[in-house]
Amino acid sequence: MMTRRSKLLAWIPTGLLAVVAVAVWQAIVTVYALPPILLPSPLAVLDAAWETREELTRGAVVTGGAAVAGFLLSLVVGTGVAALMSQSRMLRLALYPYVILLQTVPIVAIAPLLVIWSGYTFRTVVLVTLIISLFPIINSVAAGLLAIPQDRLDLFRLYGASRLQTLWRLRIPTAVGHLVIGAKTSSGLAVIGAIVAEFFVGNGGANYSGLGTLMTGWQTLGRTAPLMAALCISTLIGVIMFATVDLISRSLLRRWTQHD
Amino acid sequence: MRFAASEEVLRGVNCRFAAGEITSLIGPSGCGKTTLLRALAGLQLPTSGQIAIDPPARASRGEIAFVFQQPTLLPWRTALENVMLALQLCDSAVPQAETRQRAEAELAAMELPAAAFGRFPRELSGGMRMRVSLARAMVTRPSVLLLDEPFAALDDLSRSALGDLLLRRWEARPFTAVLVTHNIAEAALLSHRVLILRAGRIGATIVDDLPRPRTESVRTSADFGRLYRQISAALREEIAE
Repeated sequence: MMTRRSKLLAWIPTGLLAVVAVAVWQAIVTVYALPPILLPSPLAVLDAAWETREELTRGAVVTGGAAVAGFLLSLVVGTGVAALMSQSRMLRLALYPYVILLQTVPIVAIAPLLVIWSGYTFRTVVLVTLIISLFPIINSVAAGLLAIPQDRLDLFRLYGASRLQTLWRLRIPTAVGHLVIGAKTSSGLAVIGAIVAEFFVGNGGANYSGLGTLMTGWQTLGRTAPLMAALCISTLIGVIMFATVDLISRSLLRRWTQHD
Repeated sequence: MRFAASEEVLRGVNCRFAAGEITSLIGPSGCGKTTLLRALAGLQLPTSGQIAIDPPARASRGEIAFVFQQPTLLPWRTALENVMLALQLCDSAVPQAETRQRAEAELAAMELPAAAFGRFPRELSGGMRMRVSLARAMVTRPSVLLLDEPFAALDDLSRSALGDLLLRRWEARPFTAVLVTHNIAEAALLSHRVLILRAGRIGATIVDDLPRPRTESVRTSADFGRLYRQISAALREEIAE
């Protein structure tokens, strides 16, 4: 068991690496005298973040909201589809190829289509986010629901457990650990989905102000520093979502995720 | 009895397990002991022949219980919740409070310390886990108890303690038990009858008529030694054939 002190110490290498990376970045900008449009210095990015703090905050709320909404939807839809797949081999055979399509479909290609069908709206961004974060959830939860040790299945069979009892009392609790693994992957993908969708939604000139929209606008204007600030904030949203999933798995879901 | 598209595991098995007796199935690995036990539990269907239980007993009502080689506890449930599971699955009409009360009583009867009732399987020793597994099997008050090498993974001390516990439970309320074991001393101590299996058929049957309860004087008697040697010799003979 790690103590609070050793947990803090474990962050030292990560912090050191960040300091080194920022120092190298600053050094490259200074030594090569790079123009800010190509690569602004870390301080310039910080300055730009402060100057555009209102837009960035609004953008972070919109993008974060879309990412969280799409992610939560993917948890519900993904778990439901996986539960269906666990109940019958026929359903599994029928659904699995389409589940793989979710993974293989190029999201950059499908996003414009969704914009046509659903408009330059928050809903479209959530839809794209849902599509991109769905596969890891379905795949991992289905694996968890089906990977039940034979003796546990025998135990439930012996006591005449119904299909529903087996699902509720055995398969779902077994799959929680797998769900967490899938959710960690999906939490990062959700932010990517939201940003990509906002690139397209922002193009429509609609009154939409997500980080992806801001990034497209700043890229057009050659304002690299705020663009990089927006990039950092979108990364931060992904990290926060990942950390939240991790925290929930270690606290609320601890009973189902920590077996050994 | 065969596994689908596979070799024959049991053939010509014709035996009777007397009500209220403990019968041990002993034999070399792969001779079909576990298959026979699983068939008795209804976990595996014979390809031919039939199994009759008289008076009728159904596992789904908790009248037949099975103790696996591994404790087979659900890791997200505490010891108490694992025992409650059997009642929850068999008889959902039993009120939660009664389910809890019966599970607590059963764990106490299995001599699990009360402090361990709320612990998860990962926090229990191997012997404690097996006590929980036995409690889960016994909590439905089965008339037939099937045990598949339940003590095989335990150290000698735990094995002996759990064997004694099983005997005490049987003495308090006799039930029909079929025990698969590799351990001759365990078979001699616990059973009324020892069946020796070899290559899917029943070879010798040895009746154990030593007095009960199995007091220390019975265990250390010359008769017990003779019974041990008799089982051992029959087993050697069956293997040699």
